[in-house]
Amino acid sequence: MSLIAELLIAALLVIGGLFGLVGSYGLVKLPDLMTRLHAPTKASTLGVGGVLLAAMAHALAQGSLSWHELLITLFLFLTAPITCNFIAKSWLARHATPADLPPTGSARQWATLDLSEAPTSPNLTPPPRPGRPS
Amino acid sequence: MMLRKLLPHPGLSVLLILTWLMLVNEFKWGSLVLATLLAIILPLLTAPYWPNRPLIKSWPAVAEYVVIVLWDIVKSNITVALIVLFRPAAKLNPLWVRVPLDVTSPEAITVLAGTITMTPGTVTADLSADGRSLLIHCLDATDADAVRDDIKSRYEARLKRIFA
Repeated sequence: MSLIAELLIAALLVIGGLFGLVGSYGLVKLPDLMTRLHAPTKASTLGVGGVLLAAMAHALAQGSLSWHELLITLFLFLTAPITCNFIAKSWLARHATPADLPPTGSARQWATLDLSEAPTSPNLTPPPRPGRPS
Repeated sequence: MMLRKLLPHPGLSVLLILTWLMLVNEFKWGSLVLATLLAIILPLLTAPYWPNRPLIKSWPAVAEYVVIVLWDIVKSNITVALIVLFRPAAKLNPLWVRVPLDVTSPEAITVLAGTITMTPGTVTADLSADGRSLLIHCLDATDADAVRDDIKSRYEARLKRIFA
C-alpha cells in the first residue's frame, strides 16, 4: 500500500473518531432531551461516515472493491432520522402541551398531541384489496 | 400488460437486485438469479402496502438533491460539533419552528422530514394531524422565519420538482 493511501486512510479514521467523540460528548453536555437529540443524529453521522470511507479506501488500496460500506451508509441514512423522530414524538407525548409549541396554523393539533378521532392526513392505511371482505 | 402484473413496482425490483448483489459483495451468476427471484416475489407480496407509488418526475433533480443533502450533512456535522464543543449550554437558544408544507404526497413529506433531521441544527419532531405543516426543533437559532424560508427554498422547492 502506498504512503498516500495510508495517510488518507489514517486521516479519515482520525476525522471519524473525532466526530464520534464529539457526538458522545454532546450527549453529556447539552442540557435537555430535545437538544441532546441533535448531537448523535448529526455529529455521529460523519463519525461513522469517516470510518466507512476509510474502510472503502482500504479495500480499494488492496485492489478489491467492497460494497458493504455503501449499504451501511444507506441504511444509516434511512434509520437515523426515523429513530430521531420517534424519540422526539415520545418526548412530545410525555412532556409537551400545545401551549409549548408553535400553532399549527390550522384547526388540527400536532399529530402526537391530536386526540380527536378524525383521520390524520396523509392517510397511509392501504385501501382494502378488491374482492375481499373487510 | 402481463409484465405490469408480474412486476408491479419495477423501481423496487431494481433496488432489490442491486441491494442483494451489494450484500453478496461480488458478482456471481447464482446471486443474480436469486436476486431476480426476490425482486419478483417481494414486490408482489408487498404490493397492497404501496397503494400510490411515488412517481419520480426528473432523475437529474434526484441526483442534484442527493449531492446537496450530502454536502449539507457534512456542513451540519461541523456546525453541530462546533456548537457542542465551544458554546456554553446556557447560551444555547433552542427554538421550535413551524414549516407549512406545499408538498402533499407522503413520500415527499417523509423525504423532507428526513432531510431536515440530517441537516444543520434542525430535527423534525412532528407533523400536524392534517399533514399541512412540520414541527421542527432548532438547536440554536433566533429567527424562525429565516429557518423556515431556508428549508422551503433549499429542500422543498427541489422536492416539488422531483415528486409528481
